[in-house]
Order: sequence, then C-alpha cells, then structure tokens
Amino acid sequence: MTTLASFGRFLYDFVIGDDWTAAVGVVVAVGLAALLVHAGWAGWWLPPLVVVASLSLSLWRGTRGIDPK
Amino acid sequence: MSGVFLFLASFLASAVEGVEALTIVLAVGVSRGWRSTLLGVAAASAALAAVVVLLGPALTVIPIRGLRVVVGGLLLVFGLQWLRKAILRASGFKALHDEEAIYRREAAQAAAAGDTTGASMDWYSFTVAFKGVLLEGLEVAFIVVTFGSNQGNIPLAAAGAVAAIAVVAIVGLRVRAPLGRVPENTMKYGVGLLLTTFGTFWAAEGAGVSWPGSDLALLVLLAFYAAASWILVRLLTARHAALSLPAASTAAGE
Repeated sequence: MTTLASFGRFLYDFVIGDDWTAAVGVVVAVGLAALLVHAGWAGWWLPPLVVVASLSLSLWRGTRGIDPK
Repeated sequence: MSGVFLFLASFLASAVEGVEALTIVLAVGVSRGWRSTLLGVAAASAALAAVVVLLGPALTVIPIRGLRVVVGGLLLVFGLQWLRKAILRASGFKALHDEEAIYRREAAQAAAAGDTTGASMDWYSFTVAFKGVLLEGLEVAFIVVTFGSNQGNIPLAAAGAVAAIAVVAIVGLRVRAPLGRVPENTMKYGVGLLLTTFGTFWAAEGAGVSWPGSDLALLVLLAFYAAASWILVRLLTARHAALSLPAASTAAGE
C-alpha cells in the first residue's frame, strides 16, 4: 500500500506538478475543441485561448496573497 | 508520381516531422542534460523499430488520433509547468535556478544515501524525449507506408525518409553547442514555449481539429504564446514592483 501510495504521489508530481490548474485547463481545452469539431464547427481557435487562460489563472493563484511585509 | 518526386515528397514530409522531434530533443537535452534525454531517444527508436517490424504495412491500424491526444496533452501540461516557472522567475516572484547549488545538494544527498554513482535517471527528460521521438517516428513511418504503397515503391519512400532523418540529425549536432550557451532561464522559457506549442498542436489534432495552414500553424501558435507570456511577465513584473517585494534570491529551486 505504501509503495502504491508512493507511486501515486510520484505520478501526481510528475504529471500535475505544482499547480493542478494547468492540467485541468488542458483537459478542458481538448474536450471543448472535440465538442466544437463534433458539432461541425472549427475548433482550432479555442485550445490556445483556454491554455493562456489557465496559465494566467495558475500564475494568479501562485502569486496572490503575497505579503510585502 | 515519378521516383524522384516520391523520394522528394517522402524526404520533405519526413524532414518536417524530424525537425519537430529534434526541437523537443534539443530543448530538453540542452536544458536538463543529455544522458536521460538520449536514453529516451534510444528507447523510442527501439520501440519504433519493433512496431515497424511487427506491423509493417499494417502500421496504419494504430489509432494515431488517440496517441496524439495523450502525447500532446502530456506535453502541454509539461510545457505549461515550465512556462509558469519561467514567467515567475522572469518577473522576480521565483528564485533563478542555480545548477551548482542543486548539484551540491544532490551530491550531498547521494553521498548521505551511499549512492556513489552520481548518475541518477531524469525520468522527465526521458519521458518527454521518448514521447516526442516515438510520435514523430510513427508519423514518418506512416508517411513511408502511405506514400510508398500508393506508388508501389516503399523502399524508395523509406530511402527519402532515412535521408531526411540523417540531415536533421546532422543539423541537430551542429546547433547543440550554440544552444548550450543560451542563459538557463531563457532556455527554459523557450522550452516551455515549444512544449506548449507542440502539445497544443498535437492534442487539438487528436481531438479532430484541422489547423489552418497545417504544420505552419505551429509558427503562429509559437508567436501567440510568446506574445501572451511576454504580456504576463510584464504584468507580474509591475505587480512585483508595486508590492515592493525584494527580488527572489538565487537559490536551489526547481
């Protein structure tokens, strides 16, 4: 069980890293693009916008609440 | 399609895929070290050779779209992690990387653990290089099989692909040293941009997206991410200054 938990932690750190918002952003970007394509729309414009939005959110989460004192 | 045209078509199409793989390998190798990166390249080449030998012309049954989603999605997650850290460093919110401090720390930890080899595996470099080379290698194999079988001359299409990979490899060896002189955080910033660009391109293609301009869309994506990250660095730098924070000291970080 400890080995399994260690492997799970390694996998989480390896794939997700410091902040989970990037990973969620990637899933959302790919999922929404697939939905757009499935509905017959051009989906190429959406993933870059979602990626930049999730990067901005991740940076905001990483720098908020920093106390200069 | 004449023989010459078949050779050229296979050469050019394979060269495009080869350059994409080379970009990833160079980026990871220069910024994180070559040993694990080259092991990843070797492992991907062996896996690719095994797949090609086992499947041969039946190669086209591999679900390349699903593979693109997985490989592209993971590259995109990795790219965003790199880009996030590079932006935080560039704006002063995170300490600059200090390889010497990390080397000293890891050497001390290895000595404490009784590890005297000093050659631990960097799974991150291995995985990124493996995935990039395997995916692009499979695409080269598809090109050879589809172009070659359409013209009834797979060996000539394969010769075009082999020539392209040889040229790309020579170019890679020549640009490796100049790239090594790029400042570390700049290099990591570039790696983050490249992984994010390729990851977006492949993951979206796997989801069924058709990029306008095909592979040329990679350049537009790269420019878009470079501009967006530059704006984010400027905004965070201004915020850092407004908070009157001291610059993060150079220390062993991630």
